Amino acid sequence: MTASTIKFPASAEDRRIAALAAVGVGLTVAEAAIPLPVPGIKPGLANIITLVVLYRYGVGAAVWVSLLRIVAGALVLGTFLTPTFVLSLSGGVVSLAVLVLAARLPRAWFGPVGLSLLAAFAHIATQLWVVDLWLMPGLSIMGWLPVFLGAAWLTGLANGLVAARMLRDRPASAPAAAHAPLMRGPL
Amino acid sequence: MRDLKPLRPGDWGILCLGGLLVAWLMAAGPGGGDRVVVKQAGRVFLEASPRLNRMVAVPGPLGETQIEIRDGRVRVAADPSPRQLCVRQGWIRPGEAAVCLPNRVSVEWGQARYDSLNY
Repeated sequence: MTASTIKFPASAEDRRIAALAAVGVGLTVAEAAIPLPVPGIKPGLANIITLVVLYRYGVGAAVWVSLLRIVAGALVLGTFLTPTFVLSLSGGVVSLAVLVLAARLPRAWFGPVGLSLLAAFAHIATQLWVVDLWLMPGLSIMGWLPVFLGAAWLTGLANGLVAARMLRDRPASAPAAAHAPLMRGPL
Repeated sequence: MRDLKPLRPGDWGILCLGGLLVAWLMAAGPGGGDRVVVKQAGRVFLEASPRLNRMVAVPGPLGETQIEIRDGRVRVAADPSPRQLCVRQGWIRPGEAAVCLPNRVSVEWGQARYDSLNY
């Protein structure tokens, strides 16, 4: 047997992104086990990871971690390429776009909580739009709009506060400890 | 990086604006609609004004579903389905829908979509 000539050299950053995405997948799976009253409303705990990564490692890493988490999470949950996945991906992509833009806002004025709220609103608005346009056209879901937006407000605030707390407790000054820095956090 | 508060002025702004938006939407109630939409087997059977009092008979696989529109309200008055879920739901609140699944009839509030046919 000859040794394979195909090599996948993984840089330290690759490993870091993979580890962070894995934490996100863990949170996605964990919150899938929580029974929730209304379909479509969930805490979105994995967004905490996206926010922390955005602040600590930059926009590019946050996009990678978030998209990897969405695809891998769907594979783990068995929803890959189902409508659930499409909803998750569309919400994820648009809220990432909002985060990329919002990350340019002055840091003295806008912190993780504001970004989290914006991302949460973008996420649910996109999903409602996709449901209305593609999944269930004609079914009036707009009566549920206050409920969905209220939930986004609450989860956006909660996730933002958790992310702010994590960023404060473990500032980005220790790149040596960059491997799985979240494992020993408040989670 | 100097120590920043978890909630900065802009965050408070987004938080308050978002909260106001949600509160306003809740106070305004489900904007509901100004049209009653009756569907049979997924197709629009009737789109009517809630202001015109009338009884509508919708034929389905089990028989006729009677829909009552009265004084801006709408309900399923009678239905041949065994469990009578959509009948017991009573008057349908704006933003809600009554679905008589066995007879494949649904009643919901909708927005008027004006097009050239409406005029």
